[in-house]
Amino acid sequence: MSTSSSHAADHIEEYRPVFAGKVLEELQTLLQRYPTKQAALLPALWLTQRERGWISDRSMAEVAEVLGITPAYVKGVVTFYTMYHQHPVGKNFVQVCTTSPCNICGAEDVVKAFLEQTGAGDPGAISPDGKWTIVEVECLGACGFATPVLVNDDFIENVTADRVAELVKKYR
Amino acid sequence: MGYPHKPHPKETVVLSQHFGDADARTYKGWVKRGGYDALAQALKTEPAAVTEVVKESGLRGRGGAGFPTGLKWSFMPKEKKKPHYLCVNADESEPGTFKDREIMRWTPHALLEGTAIAAHAIRAEVAYIYIRGEFTEPWTIMEKALAEADAAGVFGKIKVYLHRGAGAYICGEETAMMNSIEGKRGNPRIKPPFPAAAGLFGMPTTINNVETLAAVPQILKRGAAWYKGLSLSNPKSTGTKLFSVCGHVQRPGNYEVTMGFPLKDLLYDMCGGVPAGRTLKACIPGGSSVPILNREETEACLLDYEGVVATGSMLGSGGVIVFDDSTDMVYQIMRLARFYAHESCAQCTQCREGTAWTTKILERILAGQGKTKDLDLLLDLSENMTGKTICVLSDSCAAPVVSGIKKFKSEFEDYIAGKRQPVLVA
Repeated sequence: MSTSSSHAADHIEEYRPVFAGKVLEELQTLLQRYPTKQAALLPALWLTQRERGWISDRSMAEVAEVLGITPAYVKGVVTFYTMYHQHPVGKNFVQVCTTSPCNICGAEDVVKAFLEQTGAGDPGAISPDGKWTIVEVECLGACGFATPVLVNDDFIENVTADRVAELVKKYR
Repeated sequence: MGYPHKPHPKETVVLSQHFGDADARTYKGWVKRGGYDALAQALKTEPAAVTEVVKESGLRGRGGAGFPTGLKWSFMPKEKKKPHYLCVNADESEPGTFKDREIMRWTPHALLEGTAIAAHAIRAEVAYIYIRGEFTEPWTIMEKALAEADAAGVFGKIKVYLHRGAGAYICGEETAMMNSIEGKRGNPRIKPPFPAAAGLFGMPTTINNVETLAAVPQILKRGAAWYKGLSLSNPKSTGTKLFSVCGHVQRPGNYEVTMGFPLKDLLYDMCGGVPAGRTLKACIPGGSSVPILNREETEACLLDYEGVVATGSMLGSGGVIVFDDSTDMVYQIMRLARFYAHESCAQCTQCREGTAWTTKILERILAGQGKTKDLDLLLDLSENMTGKTICVLSDSCAAPVVSGIKKFKSEFEDYIAGKRQPVLVA
């Protein structure tokens, strides 16, 4: 018991705050846009994910402290929104729309091609080389350009299973 | 359809006039095209007079509900005692709909100009444009346009900010959006109080859709009578509307037509119909939340608020999803139900349980394990999901299920009777 708590303490000591230097300045600019500190929660979580790639419990605690709310509250919000990663993900996070309009245009084949060609295997898993996480998502709002795919922040239109090899090569 | 491309001769190009023209994205380019004239004029006009013009034009909300825009603005308190807010709904997430994305990509200043005019009309000092998190490209374009417009000082005292969503369809519901901006889970609020009385941060608030606001500068410039005159069928539906067409069509994309335009012409003439050798089977005319039309209904449908209702569906957001005869309707209805189950905020029991069970029963049918009474069960479930919850997400899940069973019953029965090969594993 004592060993694990001392480990936990070490872990906390090692934590580098997200909100320091330039990132803290960014947050302060954001805070001026809202009448409450809490309203900057979604933007603060975006900054955290940009800096760390995902949002750990420790980061949620930091966000809570910075905004004067509780860690439990922050977790409640993080878990509501699908775009915040509660676990580390591969270097390339690939979101493929498979909702009905894309579905009838071959979206499931696009997912299958990504899973096979990246070695990620299962949706949500990280590929053994750490480079890929593939997920199926609901409507990306570009139904006329089926199938839209988000690779990190790059929004790619008209992806077919045939085009997956080219994209995998580009982002590998 | 990708841009640039020439508009179809049957289109009435107002909002989409500059789609595909990269120069129109810049502040200078927008001003060169007459942009921000309407805002300058509006800022010199009494807010109530601006609202009156919009009221007179007949403009109705383009997000889905079709509520008269000027009337909505007039609900804001006459005597200003508290801060007022404007929220711009750019959380476009309704399956089949991708028009607001195009407005932001090509004419960001049209949205900004409309936003500032609306803020002036409702006497809001701050406007938040809530853009869905997945819209990375529109975000970057809007951010740049906003910085340019701010630098030019066109907004006067009005502050406009962008706020990024984080992946939740429900935040397109106006009260959920306000909660989301406040840094909360996106759960819809019970109404009343209505946003005009107690909205964002508890203050009087108006929420408008992107397409609605993008039309406002044109209305102020060209006059309410001009806009009102754009109507092919019912005088209660005025102006132009962007229709996003997707699914089984030769030329998917956004098409702008005058209200009352025949859906048949949109699909067959403008979009080139379904792929060669196929026939039209079904169509969802207003985004996935509205009832499915069969072929006959689709071909008879006029695209305005009243026309689509008369055919048994709703105009909604104008997201037209086309299904040809190769479609497995049971599977696609399951996909839509799965969407709603995924997107339910889980606040109301009817929705949380209803969307999940609807999906499970449809999956069971597709796995060849459906029971004869499952169709009645689905209809019963849908009945209990309609009109019983805080928002309409639950009703939206029921719409394709009820209309689907009514119009394509034999496809469900074939799975249940074992006449059709199961496509899912139990």
